[in-house]
Amino acid sequence: MTKSELIEAIARQQAHLAHRDVELAVKCILEQMSQSLAGGERIEVRGFGSFSLHYRPPRMGRNPKTGEPVALAGKYVPHFKPGRELRERVDKRYQESLKNV
Amino acid sequence: MSLTKAKMAEALFDELGLNKREAKGLVELFFEEIRGALENGQQVKLSGFGNFDLREKNSRPGRNPKTGEEILVSARRVVTFRPGQKLKARVETYAGSE
Repeated sequence: MTKSELIEAIARQQAHLAHRDVELAVKCILEQMSQSLAGGERIEVRGFGSFSLHYRPPRMGRNPKTGEPVALAGKYVPHFKPGRELRERVDKRYQESLKNV
Repeated sequence: MSLTKAKMAEALFDELGLNKREAKGLVELFFEEIRGALENGQQVKLSGFGNFDLREKNSRPGRNPKTGEEILVSARRVVTFRPGQKLKARVETYAGSE
């Protein structure tokens, strides 16, 4: 499912809203999520999951072309931990499909 | 402080002028549609943000961390998140105090 398919799916269920509003809303939600993480703030959505930052310490890397060592600074990377409802729903359907083989 | 569904709905109200009920419903649907797609075994790709992928894990031997008892962790399907280039670049420069 892509972003535009997600917008379509939401719009089908919110027929009273203009398609354009749904599109703007999805972009607004994603922008808020990105901004939050960019500012070091966690995201917590019960039943879906939480996003936080994990620190990666500085290390020595290599230029893959020349093989020359380069110092890489420490950095933060986004991390997602699925919430219980998401975990259970995703796995439940999978277990059912295993049984039906 | 963390970003929550309530705050996201608040922004839809402030920035898009949706009424509070609509804003709340949209935020709810946003996450429900993503959950539904993943539940149906579909990957979700949100350009500029990242991808929610599915991985099938084989069963493996494990231990009950409390009792130390050996158990078999069953085969399962799990969700993983791969942040996109744009999100990674925005987060990387965070000079936070964590």
